[in-house]
Amino acid sequence: MIALIIRRSYQSVVVMLVVALLAFTMFRYVGDPVSMMVGQDTSLEQREAMRVSLGLKDPVPVQFARFVMNTAQGEFGISYQLGRPVAEILSERVPATLELSLVAALFAMLVGIPMGVYTALHPQKWLSKAFLTISLVGISLPTFLIGILLILFFGVLLNWLPTFGRGEVVMLGGWSTGFLSGSGVKSLLMPAFTLGMFQLTLIMRLVRSEMMEVLLTDYIKFARARGLSNKAVNFGHALKNTLVPVITITGLQIGNIVAFATITESVFQWPGVGLMFIQAIGLVDIPIMSAYLVLVALFFVIINLIVDILYHVVDPRLRVDGSGAHG
Amino acid sequence: MSTSKQQPLLEVRNLRVEFPTRRGSLIAVDGVSMEIAPGEVLGVVGESGAGKSMTGNAVIGLLPSPGRVESGEILLEGERIDNLPYEQMRKIRGKRIGAIFQDPLTSLNPLYTVGEQLVETIQTHLDLSEKGAKDRAVDLLEEVGIPSARERIDHYPHQFSGGMRQRVVIALALCAEPRLIIADEPTTALDVSIQAQIITLIKKLCREHGTAVMLVTHDMGVIAETADRVAVMYAGRIAEIGPVAEVVKNANHPYTHGLMGSIPKVGHEVERLTQIDGSMPRLTEIPTGCAFNPRCTEKGPRCMVERPILEPVENSFVACWKFDPEGTGA
Amino acid sequence: MTAAARTVEGGGIDMNFISRTQDTLHRFLDGDVWYSFTQSRITIVAAIVTIILVGASVLAPFISIHDPFNPVNLNLMDSFTPPVWSEDGRWAFPLGSDDQGRDLYSTILYGSRLSLFIGFASVAFSMSLGVSLGLIAGYLGGSVDAFIMRVADIQISFPGILIALLIDGLARALLPGESHDEVMVYVLILAIGLSQWVNFARTVRGSTMVERNKEYVQAARVIGVSRLFIMVRHIMPNVMGPVLVIATISLAVAILSEAALSFLGVGVPPTQPSLGTLIRIGQDFLFSGEWWIVIFPGMTLAALVLAVNLLGDWLRDALNPKLR
Repeated sequence: MIALIIRRSYQSVVVMLVVALLAFTMFRYVGDPVSMMVGQDTSLEQREAMRVSLGLKDPVPVQFARFVMNTAQGEFGISYQLGRPVAEILSERVPATLELSLVAALFAMLVGIPMGVYTALHPQKWLSKAFLTISLVGISLPTFLIGILLILFFGVLLNWLPTFGRGEVVMLGGWSTGFLSGSGVKSLLMPAFTLGMFQLTLIMRLVRSEMMEVLLTDYIKFARARGLSNKAVNFGHALKNTLVPVITITGLQIGNIVAFATITESVFQWPGVGLMFIQAIGLVDIPIMSAYLVLVALFFVIINLIVDILYHVVDPRLRVDGSGAHG
Repeated sequence: MSTSKQQPLLEVRNLRVEFPTRRGSLIAVDGVSMEIAPGEVLGVVGESGAGKSMTGNAVIGLLPSPGRVESGEILLEGERIDNLPYEQMRKIRGKRIGAIFQDPLTSLNPLYTVGEQLVETIQTHLDLSEKGAKDRAVDLLEEVGIPSARERIDHYPHQFSGGMRQRVVIALALCAEPRLIIADEPTTALDVSIQAQIITLIKKLCREHGTAVMLVTHDMGVIAETADRVAVMYAGRIAEIGPVAEVVKNANHPYTHGLMGSIPKVGHEVERLTQIDGSMPRLTEIPTGCAFNPRCTEKGPRCMVERPILEPVENSFVACWKFDPEGTGA
Repeated sequence: MTAAARTVEGGGIDMNFISRTQDTLHRFLDGDVWYSFTQSRITIVAAIVTIILVGASVLAPFISIHDPFNPVNLNLMDSFTPPVWSEDGRWAFPLGSDDQGRDLYSTILYGSRLSLFIGFASVAFSMSLGVSLGLIAGYLGGSVDAFIMRVADIQISFPGILIALLIDGLARALLPGESHDEVMVYVLILAIGLSQWVNFARTVRGSTMVERNKEYVQAARVIGVSRLFIMVRHIMPNVMGPVLVIATISLAVAILSEAALSFLGVGVPPTQPSLGTLIRIGQDFLFSGEWWIVIFPGMTLAALVLAVNLLGDWLRDALNPKLR
């Protein structure tokens, strides 16, 4: 297990370095960093001086090494547009995105997995057919459209829920949370539903198809032939085997939630990193773009690591414990 | 061994299994009748698609979808079981009818230790504590010949070899001392060297426990060695059923005759092995009359139109007009 | 070779070719795939909806009221006309008009045309890329395979929409402002296409590795058939089933991605609106009651994607005998 974690961590570092190289290339070669930072009236000498002070005259490998060092310390440079350190902007906005993603992910899993199991076990019941229909609509309605329809209905027509922003936030140390105030929770409902809906349908359909495959396997037939109760066969055996592949893909889906948060945040003007990224693309604010890239990559790498470890915990075939023959 | 007057343990009467498809129903098992006496080993032999596995599946009530028992009866110790509700049939499976499947590699759930799978089966059918169930599991593993069973019980299926896994499957089938075991091609997926061991084990255990076996296989050699009686199936029907010695040495039905001719015999001068020309018809294309008629060398006009019924010939029953007083019409 | 080429070559109609085509058609109509199609009413509806929407987009110049991309046709006085059944509705704008006085019905036709074009083009791009790389990786194996699959592994751990956003953002930064709008459509095709090739490559690689070891491929290799020929003529036909399923689902995803990017304001320019752009424009007027600018393009988009998804679902089940 420890060997696995070490091996995986090593791979994660490689992935992060590749992403850092990408971010560095963007930062260094897409547009001229100096002319982005200074106004029209800056003289050539001043620009030259700035180039030296920023280290842009150093050999490229040195620049990259410096970039990696800075990034590792959370130092992402200064936003071209806002003129503030990117790290500062990030620390303000990360909690909003993480809270939204967490609630959406929980919603998607806690509702999606049982729905998938139900539709796999009772494919002919009308409720399954209803779930499948809803899931198809959910997968076909673009996230932003769901968001807009929710705003139209609950925000504009019924006036029950706030249509933008996070509501009132409470500071816990450096972390701003919306969980502790009424308006914060109310503001979270529609964005989290919007964001979770698509993942929910994906998870449900995935669980359903995996479970239907598992139900056709020999060991399920043999479990029935042993006279085990339906409950033991369906939940003890079939569900556990279904969850092995589901864990992997669901892990990736959680990563996707953070990415799709860009759209949801944009619909609800949710002050997270996704909205920041979209605005940065529109304004060609490269330091923010590369910082977002590194941040999302880090998030993915961590999720992948957790998924890999979980996978090994669940599936004994992957555990190499040195005892016994291996079929 | 059984006496002929005893009530049969399992009785199958005129069983017909169909698979509805859009082009009409496929008849996988067509009017099959057989009996198994307590403690008896009945071999069911035939080519793949002959309906032998489907007969076994029908007995344990686990026909693959969309197959269903269309008509006929299955009786276990005189009680009809083919029309039981799922929950009642479930209580019979494992408890009164055990099952062994073809591929030990896929019969066991890879995510549970063999001990967990044994204990859950034991506790489903017997009123035993966790500890009692585990002790019984260890005993069973020892009985099926797994060395150092007490340690091995906590191992996962992938840590056992194919032959050892099939031993675990046998232990699982024996958990609740069923009186009948349906063994569906129990050795087909194994190495040839392991096959004999497993057959010997099944034979020994069933003799010791007085368990009857329906041994489904395409391997005539296995049948000859293990079974008391044998049913030869062809295209969903029984061609011949009788004591194994008689059927092997003195086959009556032309199909069985051809089948026996294809087995090499040890200690005999090497003659040419005979082979049956053609192949078994697909279930969609079964001819009228005798299903074997396209391949039969002894057929007459009657075989082409009238389906033969099982009639006694010596100690066996044979479905061939050859043995009918009116003959094949040739 | 195409039918036309054969005809010219033979100096007449190639009867053999025609009878073979009829044969194939007959086999198809008799086969399980077509049967399952006729059995599923919802799939038939989905196919009809798809055909109508694709047909309407292709015929947009002929069935629209005016060309919404041509500023000459626009009059700001016409902006925010509600749909025809409302009190202030006018027949010139059956589904109402947007903030610039564009007829929504015509704009939706042209918008679908653009969305579908980007969708089909990006799927064609990702399919050719993915199938080729999958064939190469699966057939050649070794370090080529390892490299391609490593790249695929890394890429698949990032969501497609982010990759598309990133490529889009880079293109924005690298291209000067004026040329930007014109090439944006192609940037989108590239971005969406690149974000989807992995699914094709993985599936094709898996099937290729199975096919590669079959006897007919071994035999072809023994008699000296070239690797390219084996890959294209022998292996490819065997992997086309799953590829078709992925392509259909990818089309739905591509249309959604384009809509999402345009909605985020980083897709096609507002002067040439796709369905996503229209929804973005309409969102701003939701609060003031001009709901139709969002609802009609939204419904069109949802119907299109739903229909394509239904077709993909059906195709997957029809080609997967295990789940039938």
